[in-house]
Amino acid sequence: MYSDAATQTTATTESETTMQADNEPEMSRQNHAPEPDVKVRAENVRLWYGQTQALHNVNLDIHARKVTALIGPSGCGKSSFLRCINRMNDLIPSVHIEGRITLEDEDIYDPSVDVVQLRSHVGMVFQKPNPFPKSIYENIAYAPRLHGTVNSRRDLDELVENSLKRAGLWREVADRLHTPGTELSGGQQQRLCIARAIAVNPEVILMDEPASALDPLATATIEELIDELKDRYTIVIVTHNLQQAARVANYTAFFHMGEIIEFNDTDTLFTNPREQKTEDYITGRYG
Amino acid sequence: MTDQSENNTPRLTGSVNDPRMRRRYRAERRFHAYCISAVLVALAIIVTFFSDIIGQGYTAFWHHEVQVTLDYNERSERIGQFALDSDLRDVASRGATRSIPRAIDRNPDLLGTTETTWVPVKGDIDQHFKNDKALSDSLEEKVNRLLADGQIRNAFNSRFFTAGDSKLPELAGIFSAAVGTLYVLGITLLFAFPIGVMSAVYLEEFAPDNKLTQTIEVNINNLAAVPSIIFGLLGLALFINFFGVPRSSALAGGLTLGLMTLPIIIISTRAALRAVPDPIRLGAFAMGCSRWQVVRDHVLPASLPGILTGTIIGLAQAMGETAPLIIIGMIAYIPEAPTGIFQSATVLPAQIFTWASEPESAYVEKTAAGIMVLLAVLLTLNAAAVLLRRKFERRW
Repeated sequence: MYSDAATQTTATTESETTMQADNEPEMSRQNHAPEPDVKVRAENVRLWYGQTQALHNVNLDIHARKVTALIGPSGCGKSSFLRCINRMNDLIPSVHIEGRITLEDEDIYDPSVDVVQLRSHVGMVFQKPNPFPKSIYENIAYAPRLHGTVNSRRDLDELVENSLKRAGLWREVADRLHTPGTELSGGQQQRLCIARAIAVNPEVILMDEPASALDPLATATIEELIDELKDRYTIVIVTHNLQQAARVANYTAFFHMGEIIEFNDTDTLFTNPREQKTEDYITGRYG
Repeated sequence: MTDQSENNTPRLTGSVNDPRMRRRYRAERRFHAYCISAVLVALAIIVTFFSDIIGQGYTAFWHHEVQVTLDYNERSERIGQFALDSDLRDVASRGATRSIPRAIDRNPDLLGTTETTWVPVKGDIDQHFKNDKALSDSLEEKVNRLLADGQIRNAFNSRFFTAGDSKLPELAGIFSAAVGTLYVLGITLLFAFPIGVMSAVYLEEFAPDNKLTQTIEVNINNLAAVPSIIFGLLGLALFINFFGVPRSSALAGGLTLGLMTLPIIIISTRAALRAVPDPIRLGAFAMGCSRWQVVRDHVLPASLPGILTGTIIGLAQAMGETAPLIIIGMIAYIPEAPTGIFQSATVLPAQIFTWASEPESAYVEKTAAGIMVLLAVLLTLNAAAVLLRRKFERRW
């Protein structure tokens, strides 16, 4: 059933790749980057929670304006890896990270990096919708105001409207922007969180099981939204739902016991996996 | 199926005859009865307490007044008592004429005029009407005649709320103690609220979880259990002896009660902060907030109702506190309401304590009435805390 969707995504992928190559010739200047469209690159990332090692030498190239899915059984390290990309792991005192993660050749773990700036380039959407207990408008206006990216009230109104439109929520909430965001339905709240994330115009959006707390209909809406958003943003999504990975992702990485077992374009990984473990997982033999 | 139809015991009702089951039900009924009787005992204590206090105290809100004609002349300019008709001098309160010389001094135009007014009767006479206190035969005959003539009336005792303490029970009121309480609580709030909330925010949101912070936590929790009189000793040593804050002043009292309220505010603020779900913080961090921005913009607004509730409860507790204030001398006789934080002051519970140790029977009803006022204010404060929590309670 999902092979159809996967083929479709691959088709769009190809057309986009060519389009991008035309649009951005300056990317080829980066001579040490073998592929021109790598947005985030992880090299030998190792992560410990106290004494327990959760990631072993993770190497992964995340492509610009593509959806990359991270799949794998619970506790395999996919969420830990995701949180490395915007340094959310910094908040856990016992975490220790080695290796290199670059955002367009800038090492995000360099001591000179300002985490606040990094996080305005790498947004995040969480598993459970977590709108701030403020109005819908304030939820979105908060971060742009914080980072000082918007000056006038009119620009802010416009930004709120555009963000909500891009998150596909505008029509539903246009007449109640000043009611609490927490009063929306679960699916709407999650789209509000996505709108909130794109309001600061990030380059990368990290999504940690964004639809796992939602019903199938709301899930479908979020998936469509992800598909639209990848025209502008690089998306990394952690999911437990293999069909979802097959439907929305251009690339998929299979994590197991803190290692990437296999990384490939989604179509190949699901239809013709190289590794036995991948095949066992996607056919439901464990997980 | 066949088994059951053979041995004939009903499957759902058979246990009624099983002794083990019957014992179980009996034990359950017994336990139920114990619990209900515990509740009844508690209720009985509360009802007895309230009916006793109200029964003794409600009379204090009414008192007897006598109609007199005040004569402002040369003699009463020297001794106020001479303003009264000689017949009424042993009926009207001495306090009613005490201020006449000063009034004439301030406004000489009064001299030569007269004024007909109602003044409180002597405390003993008021008690004679209320509690049948024995008077001399002639006096009793006189006041009964005045009452029959309508020259003595029973009126609402507004003096109780507008006057300070007095050595004449018929003149004593709670005003100076109430003003003192306001000053003291104001200082307690100003001292304990910012320090308490900021300490809690630091411990909960910023501090690393290590041996030192754990030790601090344990000690703050212990501090909340320290008897209040010890805070009084600390206040005496620290504020009065070391920093030289005037003894008996509202400042000394407020700071001492602030020390006592601090752990309560810290503990309740930490609980309120902990109730803010972590995804809110993570969401804010992921938007690029610094830790302080997360706290200021998201955690504090969401936990404010809880913080305020804890603060009100802490203040209500401070308001009912007497022991530490006795230590720092706030039990003094304060007839005039203080007008500044450095002046000697007393507070409501201390005033009640003072009245309770007076020998005259007229002070008994004053004591009970003071308790009623204090309880009314405390219940109002606690109700405000409950309402605040209900109104702003958030479901995530």
